[in-house]
Amino acid sequence: MSLGKLLERIIQLVPVLLGVSLIVFVMLALTPGDPVQIMVGEQAITAEQEAELRRDLGLDRPLVERFFLFVANAVQFDFGQSYYHGRPVADVIAERLPATIELSLVALIVALATAIPLGVLAAIRKNSIFDRMATVGSLLGVSLPGFWFGILLIMLFAVHLQILPVSGRIGYASEVLTVTGFLLIDTLLAGDIAAFGEALRYLLLPAITLGLPMTAILMRVTRTSMLEVMRQDYITFAEAKGLPRRRVLYRHALKNALIPTVSVAAIETGSLLGGNMIVETVFGWPGLGRLVVESIFLRNYPLVQAAVLLYAVTYVLLNFIADILYTVLNPRVKL
Amino acid sequence: MTDATLAPTPPADSLFRRNLREFRRNRLAMASVIVVLIFVIMAVAAPLIAPQDPNATDLFRRLQPPAWVQGGDWAYPLGCDALGRDILSRIIYGARISIFIGVAVIILATGVGILAGLAAGYFRGWVDVVIGRVVDILLGFPYLIFAIGLMAMMGPGLMNIVLALAYKEWVIPCRVVRGETLAVRELEYVEAARALGAGPRHIMWREILPNILSPVIVVSTIRMANVIILEASLSFLGLGVQPPTASWGSMVSDGRAFILEAWWVSTFPGLAILLLVLAINVASQGLRDAFDPRFSE
Amino acid sequence: MTVLLEVTNLRTEFNARAGLVRAVDGVSLRVSRGECLGVVGESGSGKSVTFSSVMGLVRSPGRVTQGTIFFDGRNLRDLSSEEMRAIRGRDIAMTMQDALTALNPALTVGEQLAEVLEAHDETLPSSGSARRAAIRDRSVEMLGLVGIPSPDTRLRQYPHEFSGGMRQRIMIAIALACRPKLLIADEPTTALDVTIQAQVLELITDIRERLGMAVVLITHDLGVVAEHCDRVMVMYAGQVVEEGPTDQVIGQPRHPYTRGLLASIPRPALRGQPLTPISGQVPDLVGLPPQCRFHSRCPLARPECLVEVPMRDAGPGRRARCLRLEDVE
Repeated sequence: MSLGKLLERIIQLVPVLLGVSLIVFVMLALTPGDPVQIMVGEQAITAEQEAELRRDLGLDRPLVERFFLFVANAVQFDFGQSYYHGRPVADVIAERLPATIELSLVALIVALATAIPLGVLAAIRKNSIFDRMATVGSLLGVSLPGFWFGILLIMLFAVHLQILPVSGRIGYASEVLTVTGFLLIDTLLAGDIAAFGEALRYLLLPAITLGLPMTAILMRVTRTSMLEVMRQDYITFAEAKGLPRRRVLYRHALKNALIPTVSVAAIETGSLLGGNMIVETVFGWPGLGRLVVESIFLRNYPLVQAAVLLYAVTYVLLNFIADILYTVLNPRVKL
Repeated sequence: MTDATLAPTPPADSLFRRNLREFRRNRLAMASVIVVLIFVIMAVAAPLIAPQDPNATDLFRRLQPPAWVQGGDWAYPLGCDALGRDILSRIIYGARISIFIGVAVIILATGVGILAGLAAGYFRGWVDVVIGRVVDILLGFPYLIFAIGLMAMMGPGLMNIVLALAYKEWVIPCRVVRGETLAVRELEYVEAARALGAGPRHIMWREILPNILSPVIVVSTIRMANVIILEASLSFLGLGVQPPTASWGSMVSDGRAFILEAWWVSTFPGLAILLLVLAINVASQGLRDAFDPRFSE
Repeated sequence: MTVLLEVTNLRTEFNARAGLVRAVDGVSLRVSRGECLGVVGESGSGKSVTFSSVMGLVRSPGRVTQGTIFFDGRNLRDLSSEEMRAIRGRDIAMTMQDALTALNPALTVGEQLAEVLEAHDETLPSSGSARRAAIRDRSVEMLGLVGIPSPDTRLRQYPHEFSGGMRQRIMIAIALACRPKLLIADEPTTALDVTIQAQVLELITDIRERLGMAVVLITHDLGVVAEHCDRVMVMYAGQVVEEGPTDQVIGQPRHPYTRGLLASIPRPALRGQPLTPISGQVPDLVGLPPQCRFHSRCPLARPECLVEVPMRDAGPGRRARCLRLEDVE
């Protein structure tokens, strides 16, 4: 893919990102309730103070101007003050972000590591008992409400069997110096293997819950594309060459079959973002998703606005990456 | 078929019947349809079926276990929640919310999606560009986040949930309809109708739409399962239907505080969601296999 | 000449939804060392399936249900799948109709060449770097053999970076990498431009003579057969209907179907005469009654043709499946 075409694609992203920002901006602008009132809360202030606050927040300007101000600030990661925390929104979000990213990445790894082998196996043994079970499993996977599945896991593994923790990110006993904010990395940096293991134990159930629908979808995609690829002439030709079956399956078939899987995985990573809110709420995971849900009830709108924007931009970028990955992995398709 | 009787009509009707027969032969799909119907009957006839008043609290029955467990009572088959309300009755009434929202969102979204998709695919040009842009932008949001943002803005309420979900949902039928319209508009019978002087409205509604309905119906049923899960998720987060109205998502949420001592409070409403969604998914897969073999494996 | 491949009474069936399809029904054939056999027939006549069966590449729901396939003295139907794999690519190689779909789009040409050598060549050095160098040399040599310029650099390219004719050559190079005793070329020219067709066929004939291998040329083009094959076998609806030396079969066909095929292609010798296509269609292979399969389209058909017709001698080294072969002119 040439650099020029890549640049063209990136430029095409701009109107979408602007549109997304507009919607996020309008969502907040139309929200009932006066931001100044919410900010001030119970405190009594003079009319002058109120006018000054209004000017500071830019609320006295026309909507169009406010929108461009919002975009200009957003580009510089300036989302205003979090009413509740009394700190810049960007700081609060940055503090919570590593937990969410860590959870999402582990969920992604869990999903890929289970979905691909299962999908390949189901395709190779098409119509076998295993294949049927995999099909039923993937239907269950997309039909299970994540919040309920998470609670079931907690009841089974944490309450009943008591082998995994109920909620949170790490036990109070483990004190880990925060360097990156990613507990798996920080514990390793500290050389604290026990704490690393504990962090993993806390991660396990939320990651499975978050990754489940994605696992189900990726397994289906892998199975379908593997079956499709196995019908191709180049597989017959590879067999006619007398190659070992493993080479035909893994080098010739899987390499092509994974092209759609990888690009769907990139798109589905975006849907993990939505699942985060649910899973973080169920497992008391101190990440961005739970912060957003809490902020809605606290009417901490600037934070909600910033987070929704952040999620949407990430989602757009993930779709973009999926697109690029598809072209890069596929030598035939030229941009 | 008034002003274009001479135009060759595609055999949409007989094909539809053949597909329907194909679908009826699929036993698993038929069983799923029956499950869905049971839920629908539950929702419609809730006051007749429910053993108790779903909102009647009884503190003496707080966290009463299901009937087959020690301390249970067959008048309250699935036990009671923290306020002593009958869980089965609440599940039966909760079906109303889930099914109403699922159906309302899909009807609204499919209606808007068909209009927008037909317009984009038939007129192309700037209409297509504008609709395409809006679709791209809406696709830029993760679904749940978009709905949560809207719910935060509009506040809770049944109609607000329908709107919050439909605002994004219409994009999906729209894309399907647009793609199909682009493919169909150049076909012979459409050309023939146009040559006979049929106007765009007639062509879109009478010639194109009947022939692209199959994929639209298939996609709509699949999406309905998704919408039901989304509604339950919103209710679980406390952004959906407000108490004391029974909804499955908020019932699961209510039970979270009691997982140590009363597993049944969360388990049964969740099971209801799973059953309904699974049945819709299986049935829609059967529909897809019968009506739109292009997408089946 | 000694016999290399001898197939006797081969039957391959597919379990289709409509019923059991006998794609290959009682086919017997013989290929001698170094010989070129042309196999002619319409699509669906069973010519490709016959040779997929020989290579053990019939996919489910199809399977070989009857017959023997002796290759180099061994019955291939008795071999294990691992033994069969060792023969494929090393002793019997195959090229497919369209190199664009037969070459893996995601792997470089070099890798697709190297892996055949890797799988079969026992003369390669075992140590890593010497082995890699030897495989490289052989790959370059093979690309040179089929006439690809600057093979060194082209090994690193993907199939889509080559022209159609070049891809076909690459596929042939891969098939020939282990110097097989038999090459099955399945419609090697159908996907190519006319000018390139001749080049590719010349290449196959040229290499056949140099390496002394036998070739089975599957085609629906009798012109190609006339130019390149020693013997020809005509198939119709899963059966062999006529076989014999090419010049004799083409000069004086003994089966009405062969004659029909010849009448339907333009020939310089018959310039000015109208072409006559064969009327009617190939019969449905499901539930065929035991009778001459061509009779519904045959200008010579008579009521007594509605019986099962065996292959009959039709002169020295020739046979045809027709009760009235003497009347075919």
